Amino acid sequence: MKKLALGDDILLTVDKPARYIGNEINMVVKDKEHVAIRFVMCFPDVYEIGMSHLGIQILYDMMNKREDVYCERVYSPWTDLHKIMKERNIPLFALESQDPIKDFDFLGITLQYEMCYTNILQVLDLSGIPMLAKDRKDHDTIVIGGGPCATNPEPIADFFDMFYIGEGEISYDALFELTKEWKEKGYSRDEFLMKAANIPGIYVPKFYHPSYDENGIISEFTHDEGVPATVKRQVYSNLSEAPYPSKPLVPFIKATQDRVVLEIQRGCIRGCRFCQAGMIYRPNREKDVEVLKKNAYEMLMSSGHEEITLSSLSSSDYSHLEELVNFLIDNFKDKGVNISLPSLRIDAFSLDVMSKVQDIKKSSVTFAPEAGSQRMRNVINKGLTEEVILKGAGLAFEGGWNKVKLYFMLGLPTETKEDMEAIAVLANEIAKEYYAIVPKEKRQGKCQITISTSFFVPKPFTPFQWEKMYTPSHYLDCAKTVNDAVNAQLNKKSIKYNWHHADVTVLEGVFARGDRRLSQVLLNAYNSGCLFDSWTETFDMQKWVKAFEDANLTMEEYTLRERSEDEILPWDFIDCGVTKAFLLRERKNAYAETVTPNCRQQCSGCGSASYKGGVCFENKN
Amino acid sequence: MKIRIRFRKYSLMKYIGHLDILRYFQKSMRRAGIDISYSGGFSPHQIMSFAAPLGVGLTSDGEYLDIQVESTDSSKESIKKLNDVMVEGMEITSYRKLSDNEKNAMSVVACADYHVFTKSEEKLKLADLLEAKKSYYDESDEILVTKQTKKSEKVMDLKSLVYGFDIFESEGKIYYYVKLSTGSTDNVKPELFLTAFFKHMGLEFDETDYQIHRLDVYCRIEDKFVSLSETGEEIE
Ligand code: SF4
Repeated sequence: MKKLALGDDILLTVDKPARYIGNEINMVVKDKEHVAIRFVMCFPDVYEIGMSHLGIQILYDMMNKREDVYCERVYSPWTDLHKIMKERNIPLFALESQDPIKDFDFLGITLQYEMCYTNILQVLDLSGIPMLAKDRKDHDTIVIGGGPCATNPEPIADFFDMFYIGEGEISYDALFELTKEWKEKGYSRDEFLMKAANIPGIYVPKFYHPSYDENGIISEFTHDEGVPATVKRQVYSNLSEAPYPSKPLVPFIKATQDRVVLEIQRGCIRGCRFCQAGMIYRPNREKDVEVLKKNAYEMLMSSGHEEITLSSLSSSDYSHLEELVNFLIDNFKDKGVNISLPSLRIDAFSLDVMSKVQDIKKSSVTFAPEAGSQRMRNVINKGLTEEVILKGAGLAFEGGWNKVKLYFMLGLPTETKEDMEAIAVLANEIAKEYYAIVPKEKRQGKCQITISTSFFVPKPFTPFQWEKMYTPSHYLDCAKTVNDAVNAQLNKKSIKYNWHHADVTVLEGVFARGDRRLSQVLLNAYNSGCLFDSWTETFDMQKWVKAFEDANLTMEEYTLRERSEDEILPWDFIDCGVTKAFLLRERKNAYAETVTPNCRQQCSGCGSASYKGGVCFENKN
Repeated sequence: MKIRIRFRKYSLMKYIGHLDILRYFQKSMRRAGIDISYSGGFSPHQIMSFAAPLGVGLTSDGEYLDIQVESTDSSKESIKKLNDVMVEGMEITSYRKLSDNEKNAMSVVACADYHVFTKSEEKLKLADLLEAKKSYYDESDEILVTKQTKKSEKVMDLKSLVYGFDIFESEGKIYYYVKLSTGSTDNVKPELFLTAFFKHMGLEFDETDYQIHRLDVYCRIEDKFVSLSETGEEIE
């Protein structure tokens, strides 16, 4: 039996020991003596969340295809094991070999959301790797970050030796070749980092130096000689050729995503102004439908999963959706495989498909208008009209559905009380539609409309990156406005309203657009016990308030201040494809309540055509 | 067609609980290409049931699950197909066809036997244990234990539910062999019996320090215990 890092005395007392033993189906086993580079990939959250992440599966597969690299995995130990490991000084280990993380050449940490930042410190701390990059010595593990939050790595820059900005499919080979050269020639850590900083997409924070004025605004952002002034986000232009895991890992315990995930495209043609993914993953790139059919077949066979889901920002925009979905239904439905189709626009086609793959009585139809009034939707460039929503809902009611879910954001730029109240009015209109369409004798009780709102957080590389946020009490007032408006509707009994807490929103906002000074706040927070901040049961706002105080910073200076358009933003040194000129144009359009056509209707010259692929070149020879 | 599968669960797989083993097998059936039957409806599920769930931490040489299939290869081929998709710690050891009127494994289980041994250094002496066994088990008419359930405590007499108890030494390690009533009624767990035995000696049975290993599961046929592996027949 493989030797485990933890004994029965621990494994049989902690919750879900399967989180820590590896051995999953399709786990890669290599002889560590026969590889040149050992890499451990970390998702800084609990196993069930981390195992559900597609990006890690892609990189795991891609890196392990190289014979000279062994890529393993590690996740955040849950609070029960965290406590035991701290008390008994047990070093954090990788699942595959069960070896200490400290023994690895690289620790790669994926940055999916801001609220996992204290978990990064946990992983470094438990691994025994110096938390601050500047304290690491030649032989210490290289800590590298990547993922969507790497588009503003500054709040966590002090903890990382480098960041990989962009899609991992491109520059890792170059990094690994350099690493082998480093080992052969015995460069110092700094020599290695300097060479790495010249690989496209690699950002080494120690060679870049922000300075701040008395208001905490960046006055200058300089860099050392020998490194590029801007780091270009790496984008894989021909996605159909990109590596894709034909043998996904299958955990024993139920992960959040317990199914095959088939990525059908990357990016989005729509350009909603609040959406970071829609901007940074530009240009929209579709995968060849024949490649997808092959991927789907291989992954279902090798995993044994009973469900497959399509992954993309807006599945309905995929050109061959109908062909793909019919292929999946025809080939897998009678083999007991469920097909789940998130992010579909509700129309005759999608309802027809849904009626084939789900139980209508139990399922619901989902709309994400994001804002209640047409005016507000024009501001955010969400091209969904009330007419389209009512038509879709009407079709669904005729088809037998009676549950509707609606998603909105509050705290959007230029938002008024009328815009918020319009959310309730829209829900009421949908309910009216139900009672008008479905005759009494056919109704299965009331229709159930669920409204959920989240609070808007401005993100880097979006047209709203300069906007101010609000105080928690303002956010709660917004939610109250909606709640009162719901209660004033005729069909209020058919409408349910859920809203999020505001504290986490504020913190998320701070870190999304924060700068390097926040490293100290994170250290304070972790040292005072903050961990798993995206979990309500572990989140503790009081500790965060103190962490800011102790660092002589305030949350408000990050959230309540509108940035000026000529200010140096912490992430300005990154080139994400979309240009600042485009973002500013879009900001003006937002204030003018002008809708910008999507990439297929008309190119807006956003800058992403520099990646030479995808929608920018569709139908052009 | 009904099939009874026997498997071993050992090594790292002992940390995987019963419900996850169920999910593991559902996926394994697909990977191995077993032509398993599905229930109807919008979320069809495989027709599959287990004999006697094994707790987390326990290992076993004799676990059983029954499945229903539309068609099947020979026993030998099916075992190979399944073993090709197993992970370390899971091994299929038999695959037999049951007659259509055979009751499912869960409802026929009558008893199971176990080896129990310490995971650390052996501290007890065989002679002392055999002595204690005499007064506790061999020469006693009743073995009273209190069984703690969620709501109440109940005193139970184990004497008629323990079908075998032996203690022996092998390579410096002491093994406790127990054969206990198992099933939906009168289910006796080995840790319950051994806790009572240790208490009888004035000792404490530390569950995390002992490995409990299930040997086999039996049904009762005409007053005899028969291993579930002997039910059904090989498929040529
Ligand atoms: S360059 Fe034009 S087509 Fe390409 S992503 Fe930008 S707006 Fe869309």
